[in-house]
Amino acid sequence: MNENLFAPFMIPVMLGIPITTLIIILPSMLFPAPNRLINNRTIAIQQWLTKLTSKQLMNVHSPKGQTWSLMLISLFLFIASTNLLGMLPHSFTPTTQLSMNVGMAIPLWAGTVTTGFRNKTKMSLAHLLPQGTPTFLIPMLVIIETISLFIQPVALAVRLTANITAGHLLMHLIGETTLALMNINLFSAFITFTILALLTILEFAVALIQAYVFTLLVSLYLHDNT
Amino acid sequence: MVLVVPVEKKLMDVKIKDLPNWILTQGFTPKGTMRAFQRGYYQYDNKYVNINKGSTLGVSMVLAADVLFNYCVSYKELKREQLRKNH
Repeated sequence: MNENLFAPFMIPVMLGIPITTLIIILPSMLFPAPNRLINNRTIAIQQWLTKLTSKQLMNVHSPKGQTWSLMLISLFLFIASTNLLGMLPHSFTPTTQLSMNVGMAIPLWAGTVTTGFRNKTKMSLAHLLPQGTPTFLIPMLVIIETISLFIQPVALAVRLTANITAGHLLMHLIGETTLALMNINLFSAFITFTILALLTILEFAVALIQAYVFTLLVSLYLHDNT
Repeated sequence: MVLVVPVEKKLMDVKIKDLPNWILTQGFTPKGTMRAFQRGYYQYDNKYVNINKGSTLGVSMVLAADVLFNYCVSYKELKREQLRKNH
């Protein structure tokens, strides 16, 4: 039972070769590039959604921060499409692997911090101390704010991993419960199935929300530093 | 005596028993492989996705193929959970 529970999160291997790269490349093939002025419906819908998201995300930034919009929108699209593809039966979700999420979080966070330090050193250092603190609390608060700054990338990565992994695990367990209860008591199996249906809807929402949260936080760190 | 010149055949014209020989006749440079994938991608795209009154059919076929592919890859672990007595 223990091994079966975490089997969906193991790296898929075909003929002894890990095919993780192919699975990561797959979402990009579902977004064709717009060729013409008026495109087919698939591209038109994707363009509309991208415009909506990018306006929502990048409105708050200064022009210097808006140079990051390509990076942030592609990050959002990648995480959202990877999470949504992981909702298909039997598929492998790369964002459940902590290694990948840390690989996304640390460079982006480091980029925002470095931009702030290089261009506006005084302002980014000033962010380490909230406004209006009593004087005798200042040393302790600077230490606390520094620790919270360094925890940001770890929190970004672990948040995404834990949310997606926990959701998939829950769906697995409740699905197995439903199957097991079908032979014992049909009514309780039906209730469990309803819970499963609601959970699936929640998981679709979580897939999108997590992408949004990740990108939003990176953009927030960017806003602090530009 | 008639000299037979081998003509380049497309994938759909090759008979199944000739398949290994046909694969060997294709060049295996990275650029050639990339171009083959690109051709395949655009052939699928123009036939099923890039059409006037498009629907979700084009993308859904890809997703269904993805489900099947992942099932095949994870078949070995799933075999243990089958309800049959003899595997």
